[in-house]
Amino acid sequence: MKILVCISKTPDTTAKIAFTDNNTKFDTNGVQWIINPYDEWYSLVRAIELKEKDASVIIHLVTVGTADAEPIIRKALALGGDEAFRVNADSQDSFYIASQIAEIAKQGNYELIFTGKETIDYNGSSIGGLLAELLDKPYVSLATKFELNGNKAAITREIEGGEEVCEVELPVVVSCQKGVAEQRIPNMRGIMAARTKPLKVSDPVAADTLTSITGFGLPPAKAGVKLVPADNPEELVRLLHEEAKAF
Amino acid sequence: MSVLIFIDVAEGHVKKASLEVLSYGAKIAGQLNIDAEAVVLGSVTEDLAALGKYGVKKIHHVNNEELNHFDAQVFTKVIGEVAKATGAKVIVFSNNVDGKAIAPRLSARLKAGLVTGAVALPDTSNGFVVKKTVFSGKAFANIAINTDIKIIALNPNAYQVIAGEGIAQVAPFDATVDSSKIKVTNVTKAKGEVPLTEAEIVVSGGRGLKGPENWGILEDLAKALHAATACSRPVADAHWRPHNEHVGQTGIAIAPNLYIAVGISGAIQHLAGVNRSKIIVVINKDPEAPFFKAADYGIIGDAFEVVPKITEAIKKIKGSA
Repeated sequence: MKILVCISKTPDTTAKIAFTDNNTKFDTNGVQWIINPYDEWYSLVRAIELKEKDASVIIHLVTVGTADAEPIIRKALALGGDEAFRVNADSQDSFYIASQIAEIAKQGNYELIFTGKETIDYNGSSIGGLLAELLDKPYVSLATKFELNGNKAAITREIEGGEEVCEVELPVVVSCQKGVAEQRIPNMRGIMAARTKPLKVSDPVAADTLTSITGFGLPPAKAGVKLVPADNPEELVRLLHEEAKAF
Repeated sequence: MSVLIFIDVAEGHVKKASLEVLSYGAKIAGQLNIDAEAVVLGSVTEDLAALGKYGVKKIHHVNNEELNHFDAQVFTKVIGEVAKATGAKVIVFSNNVDGKAIAPRLSARLKAGLVTGAVALPDTSNGFVVKKTVFSGKAFANIAINTDIKIIALNPNAYQVIAGEGIAQVAPFDATVDSSKIKVTNVTKAKGEVPLTEAEIVVSGGRGLKGPENWGILEDLAKALHAATACSRPVADAHWRPHNEHVGQTGIAIAPNLYIAVGISGAIQHLAGVNRSKIIVVINKDPEAPFFKAADYGIIGDAFEVVPKITEAIKKIKGSA
């Protein structure tokens, strides 16, 4: 049983969001980089749990990025990946990135491919779907629970206003979110072991870039809060009804 | 040539998000001076022709029972066929649960550039540039789509539904429908409650409420406003409330018209999930709570005293209306 976990490097959740070069580039000055939380807390940890139940499970990690992504790959290996691939490319186009991962996926013949439900920087939530189509595999998105029964997966996924449980034969591509697993912290043994685990770097394959970022912006600042005294909550209701027309 | 809009249905009913994309897609069709057409899959119990009032001229209906259960792989192939047959130049989805699964698949299938999380109409003055939210709502990006066919997934609650006059022509479309490899074994839906992502009003509670037994005051308020209930991450992590109510950076991102936060301090990760709300109301007894900086209205006070009074005042207004 081979699992491929796709991971991405993102700014820390508390990072200050600012832009440089006439608002065309994200300002990385002082930014701490982390593994995208959906990739780490849910997909990767679930893969590790599956390996803990069945030692024959092999976990491969893949990221598309430049050498500065290596610290987060080492952290993912410390948590419990067996081997990692880094495709040495710098792109913000999801089709290009998915094409690179698809190439790794084809070579490795994985039964299960996990992605996070989205990255917290570009919020595309598209790599899983792109990858599934490029590989012509079923795709179950926004999973909140994942169980393996032999060559079948039982997956609970989010739907509007509820949940759906479904069964699918492997191989399958799954995007994971909260509920699938719980965040873990790597231990010292894992950190030591990660130093010698294989991290293979490859050049990107030829692929098209379908989109490009022309610029960034910040939302307009709020005008400021209008405070209502605590002994007159009826005034708040009046403002919401008459001024804001919110209900 | 057309703008092709995907009409998303659940149990035969057209979702509210679909009305938004119909209005949005029709507007783009006007910008490009081409027709707005739509595609709908599976059984539908509503009058599709009436959707013409949102500006769509023709609706292609693939009425096949296999399509009553959602499978992104099967749906993508069918929509791809319709897109080819109608010469679709722009394909529009809602960036909702189904749209998030199909739009990227279709992007790969048609090799069409994709922007998900769009919040505005495309700028067609110089190329085709779509504004979307990035960094969990803390910023936006303008993305140029450089392919002949373009796919947009529009964020729920980001575009106003515009209803005018008109009847759409409904035409059956005969597509190859594969049998799904995914077998749905169980569906659970919160009965009678408003789905969080579609809710116009959301009432949310944090640690300030002290325990799950105190949620009654929030539920009463939500009921009075016909609102959905939500919570902060610590509340979900402590199992006071189910995980599917957790809004924030690592939970669900929402953009209701009105968000009422009770006893939530407003950590940056929480704000990331709610900062697209049109009006934010914060009720907190701590005047230093960072949430007040992001709020439109606020009360510094004890939720247990303030919230029931708000509920009563709302009932009074609603009762007299």
